Amino acid sequence: MAKPSGPHDIGGLEAGPVDRGEHDTAYWEWQIDAMIRLALAKGLITDFAELRDGIERLAPEDYENLTYYERWARSLAYTLLDKGIVTQAALDAKVAEIAARQQAAGIA
Amino acid sequence: MSEHEHHGHDHGHDHGRTFQPDHAEPVTDAARIGLALRELLIESGRYSADEEQAVIAKMQGARPENGAALVARAWLDPAFRARLLADGATTIRELGFDLSPTEFTVVENTGRVHNVIVCTLCSCYPRALLGMSPAWYKSKNYRSRVVREPRQVLAEFGVELEPGVEVRVHDSTAELRYMVLPQRPPGTDGWSEERLAGIVTRDSLIGAQRRLDAGS
Repeated sequence: MAKPSGPHDIGGLEAGPVDRGEHDTAYWEWQIDAMIRLALAKGLITDFAELRDGIERLAPEDYENLTYYERWARSLAYTLLDKGIVTQAALDAKVAEIAARQQAAGIA
Repeated sequence: MSEHEHHGHDHGHDHGRTFQPDHAEPVTDAARIGLALRELLIESGRYSADEEQAVIAKMQGARPENGAALVARAWLDPAFRARLLADGATTIRELGFDLSPTEFTVVENTGRVHNVIVCTLCSCYPRALLGMSPAWYKSKNYRSRVVREPRQVLAEFGVELEPGVEVRVHDSTAELRYMVLPQRPPGTDGWSEERLAGIVTRDSLIGAQRRLDAGS
């Protein structure tokens, strides 16, 4: 088999049993999903290929350990930062704000 | 499959049957980045919370039952079945399901062929028709193995293949989504379209189940 082209290129690899547990989509996951659809609809991202590129740039351990919508979130961040639609400073500040808000609410 | 039988313990709440925790709010760094992006885009007017609501409502309306209805109609209406197999995208668009810009191909199970769907590189799935794909469809182990040892994976899912049945594995892409047209089970003669649709499962539309249960 050809050498995998990235952490996403796993077809044909050996792997363990398939965990068939079901997963209810959490509301924040729907929000990420909607953000991607709206970012496409509004032209903030060109197409899904851009997002996949972001996912394929993830470090293999991140690809492995992040959940599905966490990967999309990281990918969208790469893309929007690259395009200057969002700045790193604004993103860092907002992440800190959310973390503080969650801590205050006893979530984190 | 019962959603509950996978785990041998009873939590008495939803977390017991998830492969990843369901939090009302994201508490990992990566998920917080996603939430932060969302708030920044809404605050800067890139999209509104109302638009977000509308998109979520629309996507939550996509369900396996939509695919089941197509299958039941195909079983009863040979002309519809032929159109669905020949040009899935156009046929479902006429019924109000739009997967564009992606193509949509329906592959038919027969006594000699079993089809199963995967997306090895990603997790492409006819979401706008069938809703969220199951967690296992997106899992590394399914994506890795089903193209390498489909019969073994299918056996683990409880699929019994008659001797000599050919297995076709379809790897979805960004441009092409698949759905399986399962076989109509015996014992369903004279059934209404609605009743037939009721026995078509999500997993059978992916090919992770071969025989549908017509009940007793």
